[in-house]
Amino acid sequence: MTLAPDLRARAEALGQTLPPLLAAAEHLAATVTLGEHGRRRPGMGDDFWQYRPARAGDALRLIDWRRSARSDQAFVQEREWQAAQSVVFWVDPAQSMDFAGSTRAPKSDRARLLALALAVLLLRAGERVGLAGHPQPPRAGKGQMLRLVEAMAADLTAPAQDYAAALPLDFVRQGRAVFISDFLGDLSGLERSLSQAAASGVKGLLLQVLDPDEEAFPFDGRTVFVSMGGSLAHETKSAGDLRGRYLARLVERKARLADLAQAAGWVYAAHHTGQSATPALLWAYRALQGGW
Amino acid sequence: MVGFASPLLLIGLLALPLLWILLRAVPPAAIRRRFAGVALLLGLEDKAQQADKTPWWLLVLRMLALAAVIVAFAGPVLNPKLVPQPADPLLIIVDGGWADAYDWPQRQAKAVSLLDRAALDGRAVALAQLTDAPQALVFKAAADGRGRLAAMAPQGWQPQDLALWGAALPAGRFETAWISDGLAHSGQAELLASLQSRGRVNVFESDHSLYVLGPASQANGKVTLTVQRLAQGGPASVEVIARGPDPAGVERDLARVKVTFGPKDTAAPAELDLPAELRNRVTRFAVDGQRSAGAVTLAGDSLKRRKVALVAEAAEGEAMQLLSPLHYLRQAMNASTDVLTGGLADVLPTNPDVIVLADVAQMPPAQADALQAWVKKGGLLLRFAGPRLAGSDMARLAEDPLMPVTLRQGGLTSGGAMSWGAPKALAAFGQSSPFHGLTVPSDLKARTQVLAQPDADLPARTLAALDDGTPLVTRKALGQGQVVLFHVTANAEWSDLPLSGLFVQILERLAVSATAGSAGADVLAGLVWTPDHILNGWGDLADPTALAGLAGEALVAALQNGPSAKVPAGVYRHDGMGVALNAVPMDQPLVKATWPVGVVVQGLTLPAEIALKGPVLALALILLLLDALATLALSGRLGFGRSTGAVLLALALLVHPQDAKADDAADQRAIAATQGVVLAYVMTGDAEVDATSAAGLQGVSDQLIYRTAIEPLSPMGVDVETDELVFFPFLYWPITADAATPSAAAYDKLNHYLRSGGMILFDTRDADMAGAGPTPEGQALQRIAQGLDIPPLAPLPDDHVLTRSFYLLQAFPGRFVEGGLWVEAPPPDAAKTDGMPFRNLNDGVTPVVIGGNDWASAWAVDEEGWPLLPVGRGAAGDQQREYAYRFGINLIMYVLTGNYKSDQVHVPALLERLGK
Repeated sequence: MTLAPDLRARAEALGQTLPPLLAAAEHLAATVTLGEHGRRRPGMGDDFWQYRPARAGDALRLIDWRRSARSDQAFVQEREWQAAQSVVFWVDPAQSMDFAGSTRAPKSDRARLLALALAVLLLRAGERVGLAGHPQPPRAGKGQMLRLVEAMAADLTAPAQDYAAALPLDFVRQGRAVFISDFLGDLSGLERSLSQAAASGVKGLLLQVLDPDEEAFPFDGRTVFVSMGGSLAHETKSAGDLRGRYLARLVERKARLADLAQAAGWVYAAHHTGQSATPALLWAYRALQGGW
Repeated sequence: MVGFASPLLLIGLLALPLLWILLRAVPPAAIRRRFAGVALLLGLEDKAQQADKTPWWLLVLRMLALAAVIVAFAGPVLNPKLVPQPADPLLIIVDGGWADAYDWPQRQAKAVSLLDRAALDGRAVALAQLTDAPQALVFKAAADGRGRLAAMAPQGWQPQDLALWGAALPAGRFETAWISDGLAHSGQAELLASLQSRGRVNVFESDHSLYVLGPASQANGKVTLTVQRLAQGGPASVEVIARGPDPAGVERDLARVKVTFGPKDTAAPAELDLPAELRNRVTRFAVDGQRSAGAVTLAGDSLKRRKVALVAEAAEGEAMQLLSPLHYLRQAMNASTDVLTGGLADVLPTNPDVIVLADVAQMPPAQADALQAWVKKGGLLLRFAGPRLAGSDMARLAEDPLMPVTLRQGGLTSGGAMSWGAPKALAAFGQSSPFHGLTVPSDLKARTQVLAQPDADLPARTLAALDDGTPLVTRKALGQGQVVLFHVTANAEWSDLPLSGLFVQILERLAVSATAGSAGADVLAGLVWTPDHILNGWGDLADPTALAGLAGEALVAALQNGPSAKVPAGVYRHDGMGVALNAVPMDQPLVKATWPVGVVVQGLTLPAEIALKGPVLALALILLLLDALATLALSGRLGFGRSTGAVLLALALLVHPQDAKADDAADQRAIAATQGVVLAYVMTGDAEVDATSAAGLQGVSDQLIYRTAIEPLSPMGVDVETDELVFFPFLYWPITADAATPSAAAYDKLNHYLRSGGMILFDTRDADMAGAGPTPEGQALQRIAQGLDIPPLAPLPDDHVLTRSFYLLQAFPGRFVEGGLWVEAPPPDAAKTDGMPFRNLNDGVTPVVIGGNDWASAWAVDEEGWPLLPVGRGAAGDQQREYAYRFGINLIMYVLTGNYKSDQVHVPALLERLGK
């Protein structure tokens, strides 16, 4: 197996960029006010949820005698249901994610940042977090953060395609999944993945990260557009003329994504690297917490 | 006119069509742009299939840019100078008449540039002014010509008889530059022909409109002049000014009239309706704004109308008019004088110029005295004999003051029935007679006359005599005036004289009816005329130096043909008559010089040669930058990106190249003035005073540096009109007697300066402004200070802070010791506390200090630091200067620290030092 000669350099460079990314993710996660974790319904767990009058059929050992002694009725102490979820992240490793408009960071940076920040929040809430396409199963605990980062670094060093073709197909049953990508490539892979997820009872998020330039298409004049990997090219005499039709196609693509998500019971949202990351993070966290 | 330094390069323009073809084929390059969304673009077709060719306007832009580059390197030059013919010497001819005066500086500049050019080419040069007498011309080094050129001045006459110059030309070939005045002169063609036979002739002509004023004439009380102009350059209007002495004797404009030319007029009349009093005072007329003798016309006596009073013995009723003794006088004088008739008592108070007494013998003694006094003041008393005079015993035994001669008893009648002789004719007038030159009609007879007693004075007093030697007209001077007696009657009773034209001429010669200005040749001829004033080429009156008297005939000729070097324009006088000889003869039209075909006529001021290479290259650069912008626009890269910014920046730099160095003098000055404490003085315009102020402030600055913590920079002079004052804590303002009052804006600035804490030391430099009477400087100070916002002033109180701000002082000497100081008055309620030597005067630093001790002179030092001007004598003088410095230091301390020293904190220390 031959490795790209710059692989080691890239890996080392990434090794230096990822801890700051991790720090940024922690920082971003800190902006989200915690306290809404838990399932918000009675079930198995450690935390007190509520007292309820004992009903027929309640085992005797469930009766909370301390509470019942204060009245004539017997009470049962219910705990909050704290079943941990498995959340699998898939961050698009394709080269198209490296696109960046002027002075902005590439989309992949934002995508990883959002993924890691969301992972921080989920780990804090006690969920199990894993990265799709890696052998390690989702795990809980603070140590998982480091493993996530290492896994991402490994992804980076792998040779990337222009557009992501292979999306994860095997899911933890009844788990959760978060797909972060620009979804600009062929959608057949996504369709397959989503149908597989639906079959496995997995629900999740589609977060489309786009550069503002991709939304606005501020180009004009005689231009040859080349994809990030160079596999695709399109030449035009007047880029300005294409703007309207390009934007129409983009809207169509977003509608398609939303439809796909809905069909699979997933949630779709678009995020721009020109915006702050916090709203997208909040949205994703809420969406993950929403009752499915 | 545009020429090229290397025109061969222009062949490069032929390559432009090739460029067209080349550029058309090459479309603007496409941008390669990485774009993740390209997947969405796949399959999108361009709507409009744009041609793969460069748009035509971009092509034109590029071709223009390239053409500009080619043209620029070909070295275009605007108004290229003609390359002169080398080697031949150069003759520079200047007309030099009055017509050159108006733009003489330009003519001289032209001649200087020709000289410079000739000096560069190493050509010999000769200069000729055609108004001079023809003379041999010598070619000398061009540098020699400059002195001669500077000494040239336009003359008050025109070049005449130029053909004579043609004969005086040097032999051999030479080139000629003729700086012409644009007027035709006699012999011009001949001179030009002889010049052309020697070499090329370049003619330089001014294109300015020459205005010329013709002599004045008057009719019906109106003065009429004719203004002529050389070119009919559309409508124009000029003003004609009548100048003359006012009653105080000061020359000033007496009247103005506007003369308007139609588009095609070359002459326009100017009419002035002047009261007689004013008219008599006019000495000359001039076209306003035209500094040339041709635009000036001297009035001479031609405008003067004398006031003549005719007095006769009360008429005995209804005498026949033709027998009236005054009839012929009135006829002779009416045209040219203002005639009064009446009794002596009536006319004397009107102060006439001439009083004519026709056969008046008796008059009351009071009137005789008044008449005598009037004559002595310069009046002309003209007496005619008659039966009454002959019958009276006036001037029989002794000479009457009002009679030129003593008379014999009775008259002499000749040729009558009772006499032996025939009526006598007039003798020819002698050399000494004022009537010399007048022709005596042979048929003129005198039949009766009164006879003069022969005595020693008689021959001298006789102006005209009969052929037997008996006097006909006698005259004597009396005071400043004169008394003239005609020994015949004023009517035709005793002689034919009043009937003849000679009578009028005699009266003119006696300046009774002074119309000499317009008088004919007969009146002028035969007399010697001395120049009173002469007119130089600029149209200014000059004193005649080294000009002898002039024969009347020459004057007549000059009046006809215009003045010349021998007979310059001016006012000529003879015995009370004044004749004006003007630069432009009466009724002579202006004739434009015509040059034959083949003579190059150039303007006087050639537009300067301007090399266009720089501007054309700049144009090419601008075009190329525009091309860059257009290309950016075409390829969609025109936004607010870096490349667009760079192009725009380059364009902006190109368009505003100078703005980078916009630091002007005012900023420099402000920076210099704010580097430290700078003492300033107000520049008065009097260089000596200003220099003294600067040196004085330098002296104080030096002393401040030696003795105190204040270290001023070099003092600066300020102009209150233009300079900013706020940088200076202190202004020294020496007042000169003729100091200009500041303008309203300057007052605003000064008041703002005073209100915002500035201080001005006014120095009248007259030792004591509070002295006996206001000195001129004191008055100037009052005039200047009127507009200033100055609080009430009082003499400096003994306890003022100025007396102790650094040194303890009680006197404030400068070059003078005596003068006091005036400062803002202390508040009226300032009270002295017991035990304190000073009142509590803590508020109000005076904005002005006024004195007259000429401090700057005492402070002034030269560059070495030694005193510049003497102060006092000996050791006392040195002490006085020391005290002057101490005052200066106290003053600057006071300026900078205000009333700090008045603070009571310092009182104990001061008390100790005062020894109290």
